[in-house]
Amino acid sequence: MRAIVRTAAWLYAIAIYGFIFLPVIVLVLFSLQATSFPIPPFTGPSLRWYQAVLSDTRLTSALVNSLLVAILSSAASVTLGFLSAWGFARFTLPGSALLRGLITLPLTVSYLIIGMGLLVLFNWAGVPKSLLAAGIGHVVINLPLCFAVIYSQMGDHQINIERAARDLGAPEWKLLLLITVPVMAPAIFAGFFLSMTFSWDEFVISFLLTRFDTTLPVEIWNLLRSGLNPKTNAVGSLVFAVSIVLVVFFELTLLRRKPA
Amino acid sequence: MSVAGNRSRALPRAGRALPWALVTPALGWTLAFFVLPFIAMGLSSLTAHEGGGFTLANYSQFFTDPSYWRAMVNSLEVTAIVTVISILLAYPFAWILAEQVPERWQRLALMLAVLPFWTSYVVRSYSWLLVLAQNGVINRTLIGLGLIAEPLQLANTRFATVTGFVHFFVMLLTLTIFANLKQLSPSYRKAAADLGAGPVRTFLHVVLPLTLPGIMVGAFLTFVLCIGDYITPQILGGNNELVMPQLVMMQIGRRGDFPLASALSIILMAVVTVAYLACARWLKIERA
Repeated sequence: MRAIVRTAAWLYAIAIYGFIFLPVIVLVLFSLQATSFPIPPFTGPSLRWYQAVLSDTRLTSALVNSLLVAILSSAASVTLGFLSAWGFARFTLPGSALLRGLITLPLTVSYLIIGMGLLVLFNWAGVPKSLLAAGIGHVVINLPLCFAVIYSQMGDHQINIERAARDLGAPEWKLLLLITVPVMAPAIFAGFFLSMTFSWDEFVISFLLTRFDTTLPVEIWNLLRSGLNPKTNAVGSLVFAVSIVLVVFFELTLLRRKPA
Repeated sequence: MSVAGNRSRALPRAGRALPWALVTPALGWTLAFFVLPFIAMGLSSLTAHEGGGFTLANYSQFFTDPSYWRAMVNSLEVTAIVTVISILLAYPFAWILAEQVPERWQRLALMLAVLPFWTSYVVRSYSWLLVLAQNGVINRTLIGLGLIAEPLQLANTRFATVTGFVHFFVMLLTLTIFANLKQLSPSYRKAAADLGAGPVRTFLHVVLPLTLPGIMVGAFLTFVLCIGDYITPQILGGNNELVMPQLVMMQIGRRGDFPLASALSIILMAVVTVAYLACARWLKIERA
């Protein structure tokens, strides 16, 4: 009986792993295709499509745009999130619960609707479509996330360290820079990292709010119009590789501190 | 700014400029770029596309035009199917990872199980297109094996949309259910065993009820993310069978009809809110 359960469990797990990895394997395998269609039979390996991606200035500039938007919008999200989390955790403010609810509210609304709202507003206000507009949208989706992550990590332990510093005469700004930020560094970094990955991958807001200069997911979307194409496989595999490096880095630096 | 006098209090008293200076930027951002756009969208939904002026036509159009209704029904059907299939596939998988895989391999097994989670969302849907297309991997394999003569129509169908969604949400739900199962204290299971329950009864009467709140949270998350998604239905489902987000995007793209797109977005949001209120009871249990 035991053995049967074990065997069934293994078979099931292998089937699910297969399902989960099937599209990724197909994507990466046919990015190495030598001919013009990413469909069987496999004719590679060849790096020609990676060359095609790296010499395509629209894709490379979209990649730079994506990185820029991701870094700047995450920095803004984490700054606003950290300051407000600190304010709410350290001081009793009137209507605190309501205001905290307001800050986290965008988490419950889909990106499409956030993007639509900004599109309508910017359209009325005469704000042109741009990377800046998309970046503003990315801060809207990532600020609540950063706030929630950092706020949840602000415990009594940190309050005591801050109080000690205050007693020793540290002014508020020094306290912030020398005590609170270093103590909260893991949460701040986690917020920044999460924002980076969400912004890096975000499509619909960028799609609605940018026009000529755009981000990588939108440029990949434009590539899809040409149907199945090994170039799309290659750029997709590159994006995947970047994400994996980020995740492994995150896993090794941050999560290793806690005993598994 | 002297705060030294406050050391006896757990929290320094508000009423100074500092606390407000800390929270105002975030609040201001949320008001300006989340609340205000929402108000703009609400106002826009009440104006006529041609010539402006107050009207309820955008809403009545949704309720009278059967093709619009159809999109909402499609959205709800696809979302329900995806949620149920994803939970049914993810639960046993998470259970195997938590109970059958040796402790020291669990972290690696889980990381592997959610690795494709980190591919770009657009790319992930495209990858399924490679698998499901007319001359894609599945059709070529089946023809090669002699099982079928003509390629099956897999892409541009509801089946493709559901497959793409299930792939994503199986990973998401595996994460949440795994965390849930690991949080269960082993003493519950020991107690059940001591009282004479076999593994099946222990699972049905102890483990499953205790993980149910976590499943509800996962199901709600799946519902919200699935019903609001444009990418997967557009890439994999195509235009044969529209869902709500596709309908919204069509209004903007084809005709620049912001008022109608706004009205449809608000209707979609209202449905999500109703679902939230319906689930709120179970969602609260989790926090307690």
